[in-house]
Amino acid sequence: MPTLHFLANPARFRRFCARVLPALSAATALAVVVGLYWGLVVAPPDYQQGDTVRIMFIHVPAATLAMGGYVLLAVLGASLLVWRHPLAALMARATAPVGATFTAVGLITGSLWGRPMWGTYWVWDARLTSFLLLFFLYLGHIALSRAYDDADRGDRAAAILALVGAINVPIIKFSVDWWNTLHQPASIMRLGGPSIDPSLLYPLLWMMATFALLFVLLVLLRTDTEIDRRRLEAAEVAA
Amino acid sequence: MATASLEVTDLACRRGGRRVFERLSFALGGGALLALTGPNGSGKTTLLRALAGLGRAEAGTIAWRHADIAWLGHLDGLKGDLTVFENIDVAERLRGAAPERARIDGALASFDLTALAARPVRTLSAGQRRRAALARVAASRANAWLLDEPFNALDAASQKSLRTVLARHLGEGGLAIAATHVPLDIAGGRTLELGT
Amino acid sequence: MTAFAALFQRDLRLVLRRPGDVAVVLAFFVVATTLFPLGIGPEANLLARIAGGVLWSAALFAALLSLDRLFAADHEDGALDLLLLAPGALELAVLAKCAAHWIVTGLPLAVLAPLLGAAFGLDGRSLGAVALTLLVGTPTLSLIGGLAAALTLGARKSGALLALLALPLCVPTLIFGAGAIEAVATGEGFTVHIAILAALALMAVATLPWAVAAALRQAGE
Repeated sequence: MPTLHFLANPARFRRFCARVLPALSAATALAVVVGLYWGLVVAPPDYQQGDTVRIMFIHVPAATLAMGGYVLLAVLGASLLVWRHPLAALMARATAPVGATFTAVGLITGSLWGRPMWGTYWVWDARLTSFLLLFFLYLGHIALSRAYDDADRGDRAAAILALVGAINVPIIKFSVDWWNTLHQPASIMRLGGPSIDPSLLYPLLWMMATFALLFVLLVLLRTDTEIDRRRLEAAEVAA
Repeated sequence: MATASLEVTDLACRRGGRRVFERLSFALGGGALLALTGPNGSGKTTLLRALAGLGRAEAGTIAWRHADIAWLGHLDGLKGDLTVFENIDVAERLRGAAPERARIDGALASFDLTALAARPVRTLSAGQRRRAALARVAASRANAWLLDEPFNALDAASQKSLRTVLARHLGEGGLAIAATHVPLDIAGGRTLELGT
Repeated sequence: MTAFAALFQRDLRLVLRRPGDVAVVLAFFVVATTLFPLGIGPEANLLARIAGGVLWSAALFAALLSLDRLFAADHEDGALDLLLLAPGALELAVLAKCAAHWIVTGLPLAVLAPLLGAAFGLDGRSLGAVALTLLVGTPTLSLIGGLAAALTLGARKSGALLALLALPLCVPTLIFGAGAIEAVATGEGFTVHIAILAALALMAVATLPWAVAAALRQAGE
């Protein structure tokens, strides 16, 4: 299994992508099909919510990966600033828009789910507010990394922002415990084990893995493109 | 003051996505003067900033010993709303040194600024500001001067003052590195040409 | 006099020589605050209930307005290089500059806000809460704003970008600051809110100077 260090060389990374991406795309597509069928057709409706519970199969994975994506941004930021890992900047540029999109999906699906479940599309409780802040932090990262003519400066400034903003992720996670929120408390990652029925838990876990595959796929694809873009820019400067 | 020394080995720096110089090596000791010359864009400022510790080097090493660096950049580093005297005074305090009135007065006199000492810097001409910035460097007890285009905006008389002050600094055992288009004309100075 | 004190004093002296800069920010605060009753209508109950949020939001925007000059002036005249080269910890220099910024921004806002709060119909206890929450909360705004200012030094559209970066990070302070005032109005007591504001301020002081210093070093490269 190639280590991060092994992949640090951009050329090696590209060869890795060329080998891995086709299989990964196929696996992701398959996982999506299976997951959607399982969640939308096979899984039983909730005794209280009926069929609307199926939004959970999109909303929960999207929100989880949105948070994980920002943690990845922070790790990449540290890699860039501390260890000068050459790919960290490019991968961060690739990750931020993907994470922002997953956050947007989480916000929209959550809003659509909230209407039938709570009677409102939005409420300013701790969980929703901090998750909305996550979206703004992603936008800030995207804007900041592209705000400088010197791309290197933008990448390093965005890395600092990623590290400072990472504090928001534990706040989102524990907001439902620390405050009285309308959003429900944790049902999977809690002491005492998951509180969802297995017939809904297993498709949910499958969709979590699917979204994770999708996230990785998108990040790898975009990083590959970023390498291309940087090389193009370098060629233009030299010409 | 203790004597500073500098040893640079295989230095390479990057600016704007390309390497401006590489495999640069030289050594300087007390009393040494190094002029950096070369066309625009050859990396004189990049080298000076790297030596000062303001910029990062891509490869190689910069080894200072016993160095207390005074910096004069392309910009004057003066606050426009403070007077000339206040600027030099606070610059000393920010370096962690206690300002010595006599030294400051002497530096101001060297650059013919005594009459302007109480004027806010924003009311001065470009040449007068450059002299004020040079006075700031001269008033410090730094033993290593890094100067980026010190002759900028100076008239003939002021250039003469700068040469005098530089020579005195070198005579006291200090070292100086200056990026310059204007020839330094000081005995014993070496030149390093970049961009060739 | 230590380098910290010298920098603090220098920045204060610079601001006091241009009192117009401070006055403009405070004038903005007054104008922005008075827009709300004009826009929403003079219904006394409604105004008293939104006063906390309005005062805090306006204070936040006013503080943001003054931030882009915090490091930009030093960046433009070359004084930032001298700060980067100074022997002491850059983090202390950052604290000195943010402290000076707070003295001429946060502190006057904390004094001015209760006067405006009276115009919103807040009672005495609430006015005290306004002053106290702003006093405890605005240092955090100066530090977060300082980080945003340092990160956007020399960037394109730096003014808007600064706001985009700073505002989300300031939201917790805003929530607890405005929440404290509302808690006093409903009789609940605001000790928890003040405690959290103080904790946020301490966390900011303990962690942000390092981030700001890192950002300033990047600007110097």
